[in-house]
Amino acid sequence: MGDVELIGDEEVEVVATLNGKPLKRRAKARQHLADFLRQELELTGTHLGCEHGICGACTVLIDGRTARGCLTLTAQISGKSVETIEGLSDNGRLAELQQEFIARNAAQCGFCSSGMLLTAYELVQGGEKLSRSEIREHISGNMCRCTGYHAIVDAIEAVLAKGLR
Amino acid sequence: MKARNFRYVRPASLQEAYRMLAEAGGEAVPIAGGQSLLAGLNMRLSSPKVLVDIGNLAELTGQSYADGMVRLGALTRHRDLLSSAIVRAHLPLLAEAAPHIGHIAIRNRGTIGGSLAYADPAAELPACAVALGATLVLGSAKGERQVKAEDFFKGLFETDLRAGELIVEVKFPEVPTGTSTGFAELSRRHGDFALVGVAALAILRAGDIESARIVYFGCVDRARVAVSVSAALSGVAVPLEDASPYAAAIRNDVKPDDTPGLRADTKLHMATVLTRRVLNSMVE
Repeated sequence: MGDVELIGDEEVEVVATLNGKPLKRRAKARQHLADFLRQELELTGTHLGCEHGICGACTVLIDGRTARGCLTLTAQISGKSVETIEGLSDNGRLAELQQEFIARNAAQCGFCSSGMLLTAYELVQGGEKLSRSEIREHISGNMCRCTGYHAIVDAIEAVLAKGLR
Repeated sequence: MKARNFRYVRPASLQEAYRMLAEAGGEAVPIAGGQSLLAGLNMRLSSPKVLVDIGNLAELTGQSYADGMVRLGALTRHRDLLSSAIVRAHLPLLAEAAPHIGHIAIRNRGTIGGSLAYADPAAELPACAVALGATLVLGSAKGERQVKAEDFFKGLFETDLRAGELIVEVKFPEVPTGTSTGFAELSRRHGDFALVGVAALAILRAGDIESARIVYFGCVDRARVAVSVSAALSGVAVPLEDASPYAAAIRNDVKPDDTPGLRADTKLHMATVLTRRVLNSMVE
């Protein structure tokens, strides 16, 4: 490598699993996962807010755990399994969360909803009995400027209660 | 904003990573979880020419305990600090600190090696590493060397790491029986950067502090032992009723600057109050 001179965008090959299907693409080295999903794959369900890890709008699941799409390079997902809101919408637990969100008006403008749902999905997958303050702490990395969070906590609580029955 | 262009390489082994880092001279930066690095790249606070992805190297993973020493691989994620039985049993300070590191999605990705290498003065783990007397194992193409945490942090975002070097693992001596640990942090919102934080070790005997080792974060430029406060606390009765035993000493250890929305004397006051709270929480 020696003296590194970079002209034009560096590219890398990405081989991963996306929403259960194999993905093999060339991607810009500097492109983060949220931009890759939105601009290259037109999966615009993953939103992009602050772009430095604060707002949580770009949340995706990597190997089943929530991650910031803006703080993950596309290149870093090679060999991993990524799930976005598009891939999980037909899945039982997430569909149940979506129904409860709708029932309680926990999604208003919708900007935070995909990230919020995936964060909630990770939480309900754990299947633990949780207090409202524990639910609040779990979603504390996802900002919502519409609901004041109460309705979102209600919706998650409702899904957790169903699972524990 | 978007990161500047860089080359991304993914070594298959630690030796290959060392070679890649050495070949790129000072132009390469290792990336593991990337939870601080990528925010900085997106905001163009830094623009390395090469990123060496060490995030999948098995040599940097794992947690073990043997002969009074806990070893945490550099890729130990913050979430692992909460789930690891070894950490819970031998280093409860780290388990207590971990929930304060960012939010869940950050803890799923961020690593202990990354946090120590980044050396954010508001970060929890550098302060805990210094308080616990940890030793960092640093590796490069030239071999390995060990540096004590208290010698590793040199200043604001500045460490003893040399070009081509990365953190391999962190060794923590087990906290001896009879020594208590405590942790507290004040931030505007849970998960935000600490305004003021304290990591503490103390030997408490018969209602007195025999000795204490206090490390502040958030209100100092780097993680280091607060020597004046630690000395002033020796022989003091607990629970503390007020801050008088160390109120003068803390001015030697904590010299905060005014920042937007928070005056230096407010930070000093918060550090003073938090110190008493942490020590009193350790009396049980």
